[in-house]
Amino acid sequence: MANQEVDQSKRKFLIAATSVAGGVAAAAVAVPFVTSMLPSERAKAAGAPVEADISKIESGSMITVEWRGKPVWIVNRNQAMLDALSKHDDKLSDPKLAVTSQQPDYCANPARSIKPNIMVLVGICTHLGCSPSPKLQTGGDMGAEWVGGFFCPCHGSRFDLAGRVFNGSPAPINLVVPPHKYISDAILLIGADDKGVA
Amino acid sequence: MANNTHQESKNLVGWIDARFPLSSTLKAHVTEYYAPKNFNFWYFFGALATLILVIQILTGIFLTMNYKPEASLAFASVEYIMRDVSWGRLIRYMHSTGASMFFVVIYLHMFRGLMYGSYKTPRELIWLFGVGIFLVLMGEAFFGYLLPWGQMSYWGAQVIINLFTSIPFIGPDISLWLRGDYTVSDATLNRFFAFHVIALPLVLLGLVVAHLIALHEVGSNNPDGVEIKKNKDPKTHIPLDGIPFHPYYTIKDLMGVSVFLLVFSAIIFFAPEMGGYFLEANNFIPADPLKTPAHIAPVWYFTPYYSILRAVPPILNSQFPGVAAMGLSVVSFAFLPWLDRSPVKSIRYRGNLYKKWLAAFVVSFLILGYLGTEPSNVWGQFSVNTPLFGGADRATVVARIFSVVYFSFFAFMPWYTKRDKTKPVPERVTG
Repeated sequence: MANQEVDQSKRKFLIAATSVAGGVAAAAVAVPFVTSMLPSERAKAAGAPVEADISKIESGSMITVEWRGKPVWIVNRNQAMLDALSKHDDKLSDPKLAVTSQQPDYCANPARSIKPNIMVLVGICTHLGCSPSPKLQTGGDMGAEWVGGFFCPCHGSRFDLAGRVFNGSPAPINLVVPPHKYISDAILLIGADDKGVA
Repeated sequence: MANNTHQESKNLVGWIDARFPLSSTLKAHVTEYYAPKNFNFWYFFGALATLILVIQILTGIFLTMNYKPEASLAFASVEYIMRDVSWGRLIRYMHSTGASMFFVVIYLHMFRGLMYGSYKTPRELIWLFGVGIFLVLMGEAFFGYLLPWGQMSYWGAQVIINLFTSIPFIGPDISLWLRGDYTVSDATLNRFFAFHVIALPLVLLGLVVAHLIALHEVGSNNPDGVEIKKNKDPKTHIPLDGIPFHPYYTIKDLMGVSVFLLVFSAIIFFAPEMGGYFLEANNFIPADPLKTPAHIAPVWYFTPYYSILRAVPPILNSQFPGVAAMGLSVVSFAFLPWLDRSPVKSIRYRGNLYKKWLAAFVVSFLILGYLGTEPSNVWGQFSVNTPLFGGADRATVVARIFSVVYFSFFAFMPWYTKRDKTKPVPERVTG
């Protein structure tokens, strides 16, 4: 044995083959560990759609429901609010809803809603995830120019009553409209639509 | 070896030495580790950082004995430690104050490196291990801050995890994976606890050992930036400008430790929250996922980078550039050994150009740090008629200017360090 010449190419091949096999095994073992950090089955179940009764929301006011631990706003906009929506497109970052990920197809309309008056929004700022404060009425402490909408206290992002972001806000894109559908006139299901559960 | 066998019969140390390198390790790293004789004030902070590491580990162990890493119990368990556990208040304040003091000491330690060129050849790896320690420390601070489950814990974690969402394509999935839920929740708290008390401390200890081994391999730098190993006693091979770490520097560090503990105790006893800078008022309110506090800001040691994050405007409907800038502002330190083209190490022999740039960097760091603790409208807005900046937040404009200075310090370093007029470096240290 000792006198035999070492077959270097054979040795290299064996080292490479062993390394590759070991590497594949290590990667395979990593899978369960990495996957264990994804939301558990219980967390997924808790993320199931929620129902909201919208029959009691007065015109011009809103309610907040919790879906997946996040606040979801349901605003019953009155006619004056709806009329005002089209008048400030020039002050918005994305009035034409170019960033399509922020609303489902069926809400890609000027009012960003299924029924014009009922606005459904995830109440989480698209900047860094704070929850903006509703400032539904015009004027007030937001200044005379304010047309009604939402104001984020963290970094000063401003949104209109369709959740569209105003120019000059740190938030880059519009608020998210979650998937939702009407089970009846009074009951709204948040987190699922006709295409399935989000 | 023969010597060791001879000693074995004599005493316990000899018996151990024949089986484990006890005496030789002590000699190599303590009693016969020769450090330059001209260390000054700035050389206290490495030893102090080690002391704080020990304080954090010890107090941390005792905190875990009463802390409950569960979303519905965490806040109450911290209050329980504060109110009902004997001396729990003291142990918790030692830990929270220790976190802030860790960064005070580390920032001074890093500034020492910048002044005396301690990252330059042959100490690049010491510096890289150090940058690693700094990054892990930031992770420790971030994960630890969620554990009390107060309002700032919750919304701070929410904001930081959302930073990852802005990474193109894979961002949202990474955030979901980090949280383990659709929002910051019990799952997030539990894993942050695991990272904070076991994963990162292990990495940290490993890096500290590597930092010290690399240091003792090449030897310490000094305020003159002279390699003391170049001038050795021809007979003993001991550096002529070196003195044994023990007893000379152990005594010196003991004095530093005493002064540090005076300050540390004073803070713990009289101002543990440091007026909201070490522990923020909002964090004494339990986390509420549906309500964001009116003003959220990170703890002071993160604020320079946070300022940079806020200063970068969204580009192409994405806030990723700001996030990338923030990441780069921290990681930039790692490139210093290769950005600095100066032939000398110490600021004592550098020209005015480097001194001015270093001063500008320190000023930027401090101003960005201050602005990060305040809302972006803290200085009001420029009047609408101001050219260029009309209507913009004054603080945002200032933060943008100093962010540019911050990055310029690194970006232009190859140029200004090469061009700088250096003075001749002496052959031996100057005392």
